[in-house]
Amino acid sequence: MKFTFDFMKYRHFALLFSGALLLASIISLSVQGLNLGLDFTGGTLLEVQYEKAQPVEQISSALEAAGYKDVTVQTFGSETDILMRMSEAFRADLGNEVLQVLQQVDASNQLTLMRSEFVGANVGEELRDQGGLALLMALGVVMIYVAARFQFKFSVGSVAALFHDVLITLGVFSLFQLEFDLTVLAALLAVIGYSLNDTIVVADRIRENFRTMRHSDAAEIMNNAINKTLDRTLMTSFTTILVLLALLFVGGELIHNFAMALTVGIVIGTYSSIYVAATLLMALNLTREDLIPPEIEEEIDDRP
Amino acid sequence: MLNKYPLWKNLLILFVLALAAVYAAPNLYPPDPAIQVTPAQAGAEMSQSVVSNVNEILQQNGIDVLADEVNGSTALVRLTSSEHQLAAKDLVQRELGDDYIVALNLAPTTPDWLLSMGAGPMTLGLDLSGGVHFLMEVDMEDYMAGRIKNYREELRTRLREEGIKYRRVVVEGNHIDVHFVDAAVRDEADSFLSREYPEFLREDLDENDRYLVRLSVTEQKIKELEDYALKQNLTTLRNRVNELGVAEPLVQRQGRNRIVVELPGVQDTAEAKKILGKAANLEFRLEAEPGASRITTEEYPFRSDEFRTARLQKTVITTGDSVTNAQPSFDENGMPQVNIDLDSKGGAIMAQVTRKAIKRRMAVLFVERKPKTIYEMVDGVEQPKTIQVVEKSIISLATIQSQLGSSFRITGLESAEASELALLLRAGALAAPMYFVEERTVGPSLGKENIQQGTNSVILGLALVLVLMTVYYRVFGLIANVALIANIVVLIALMSIVGATLTLPGIAGIVLTVGMAVDANVLIFSRIREELRAGRSPQQAIHEGYNRAFTTILDANLTTLIVAVILFAVGTGPVKGFAVTLSFGIITSMFTAIMLTRALTNWIYGGRRLQTLSIGGNV
Repeated sequence: MKFTFDFMKYRHFALLFSGALLLASIISLSVQGLNLGLDFTGGTLLEVQYEKAQPVEQISSALEAAGYKDVTVQTFGSETDILMRMSEAFRADLGNEVLQVLQQVDASNQLTLMRSEFVGANVGEELRDQGGLALLMALGVVMIYVAARFQFKFSVGSVAALFHDVLITLGVFSLFQLEFDLTVLAALLAVIGYSLNDTIVVADRIRENFRTMRHSDAAEIMNNAINKTLDRTLMTSFTTILVLLALLFVGGELIHNFAMALTVGIVIGTYSSIYVAATLLMALNLTREDLIPPEIEEEIDDRP
Repeated sequence: MLNKYPLWKNLLILFVLALAAVYAAPNLYPPDPAIQVTPAQAGAEMSQSVVSNVNEILQQNGIDVLADEVNGSTALVRLTSSEHQLAAKDLVQRELGDDYIVALNLAPTTPDWLLSMGAGPMTLGLDLSGGVHFLMEVDMEDYMAGRIKNYREELRTRLREEGIKYRRVVVEGNHIDVHFVDAAVRDEADSFLSREYPEFLREDLDENDRYLVRLSVTEQKIKELEDYALKQNLTTLRNRVNELGVAEPLVQRQGRNRIVVELPGVQDTAEAKKILGKAANLEFRLEAEPGASRITTEEYPFRSDEFRTARLQKTVITTGDSVTNAQPSFDENGMPQVNIDLDSKGGAIMAQVTRKAIKRRMAVLFVERKPKTIYEMVDGVEQPKTIQVVEKSIISLATIQSQLGSSFRITGLESAEASELALLLRAGALAAPMYFVEERTVGPSLGKENIQQGTNSVILGLALVLVLMTVYYRVFGLIANVALIANIVVLIALMSIVGATLTLPGIAGIVLTVGMAVDANVLIFSRIREELRAGRSPQQAIHEGYNRAFTTILDANLTTLIVAVILFAVGTGPVKGFAVTLSFGIITSMFTAIMLTRALTNWIYGGRRLQTLSIGGNV
């Protein structure tokens, strides 16, 4: 053992820290909500590319003057790429119409339509429901799996940790009003998978320690498990965050928010797998008896 | 001996890796821009003369042709550059006219030796390769008109059954007018209708000696009917899209009466349009009796032989949307037949009509709506314009042996005929006619940027992880690195073999896999370090490290896999692509991170007397 850090001693601080983050997330989510993307709200999105930079204000006032409703205009990745969103209903030739309006603003600045997307309101609603359902389903299935593979208290602990991760990631997206679209939802599900992965590695060690460290109390056992797996937890999180940074910086604008959700989620998930799950197990008063009789487990564990 | 793999295990690993390398290889060959020409008539052969014609057209307009090939009913003309692809398509379509469907395509350039092993590149999603986006509109007016006619027939039957004497039942625009001889009968009908038909708004219109009830369908019922029609069409479209064999199609409702079809990776709109645009419907009609008036009958050609015709009654018994199922099978004598199931309404009408028509013949009429391009002069410029034409042909004409119900069969067919008829009957189950209102082919230029950025992030992410692993775990880090690269190759091979579609989030999934796949090795290596610290010999440490980490790896990967499967089940389009790469990545990493690294470790360290291991961490 290189060094041992008494994680359990600071678990009350961790509880406070998590509590504060959760509270902030819930407040932000209930006050300003999520900046839902086109996938969920429905509407129209157009991406155009100008030859040279064009002031965003000019574009949006031109579009409003032309009678388009709820127009938001923003640059997308570079100054010459413009993304427009409006609550305009679908029309086959909307793209060309908007192009004409925009070309009139500055005839000398050539522009091309890169992409246009139209999502109906019904579709958005459907996707929203499906997305929420998927998240709940993932949590539910995971809970059952962990309960079957480990023990009920472990499953409560790990699912609580997952809730914690998802809620705080959502909180970050709400606080900074980052766009929440289908890919971000996918990222959240991946965070669930990833964070659970971490939690399970720690849980595996806790279970093993309960068997091998016969004379230690629960806090000691958890400390030992966290310390023994810390090297691995940090290393894996580090490699994952490295590749996510690569995605964030060179992956392009379309998956920027996706990479962002994963990065936030994995940072929080790493913290939670160290603290939240184990703290909750302490709170749930996990004892050696919970994991005994281990005879059946023993067999499975010894499998090469 | 400790830490020695038997020869067969090493060979197996080598074999899998070699196989993966072969099946991943086609992705290294970029596809050629091409245009694809298919005859609009299903099943027609493509002739070499048409191909020469296309070549000539292109050469006359200064577009270079790389190669051409004819494959059954499809001709593929490869171009040297993607710049002229669109222009070439328009030119050829214009020259060949509506008898041929011309589409953009990306022709794979996989070498023959790879093709002969069944290898091919991954399909790229709409966001990477571009792809096809269709918007189809359901003709609700036509559909509602059909419903109202159905109601008229039904009302006639029901009123007669109830013994309520009406003078006539007529359709007036969106209403049905039921005329009666006096107010008493009308009142009786009123109470019957209010009881049995809550979906109608009733209005009594009495003038002089006219007593009539005007019925109009309520808004709510109209919405309900339209919803039903759209859902039915969606289902049918999904089935047709499945026929196309597209990996991740998107068939989605858009608004009240439109359906979006997105076919990522497929740039041959030709096949897609042909199958989606069949826009077929069916009508069951009785053959006209000899000497019947020309006003009540119509003559139609047979689908299989356009010179053979039959005269049918104008009255439609029921249409394709009441067909719930149609299956080819064999009768008790082993002769091919088609079993047809109708919904209860269709069945009731069928029973009523056929009771009085035994020994007469009944025809199944195939109704196709085809877009036709005409060129008209607008401001002195010739502009293409698309109009809809309706074509009807007979697909079956069979004698009614006994009264038919909601389940009956058509016999006296040949085997191939039976299966085609069944297919047409099922494919014809569109509740309402549908046509294209928009077709958008997303050009490859947009996707190229995404591919570039995606590839860059994979390379950068991979490089960072490789460096980190080497620094942290030394020789073992290098072993993990070999496994990591092998993992990407195996992953790409697996995706290519199952024909999965790669999307931008899918690439992100690969990047994430790179970060997460080393997890298994990190688990193993930190366990080995721990065992060394506990004072075990290097050989024992390796053995114990791999053994003890195994359950943890399995548990951790299984849970991620569960989440990925859920993601796949509920996700659409690009998100599904992410789920696919993520779950495949997990599976392949189990092989490379455990089996392959173990083999390498054994090869480097196994069966030798060792003092130390190069695994970093001061051990």
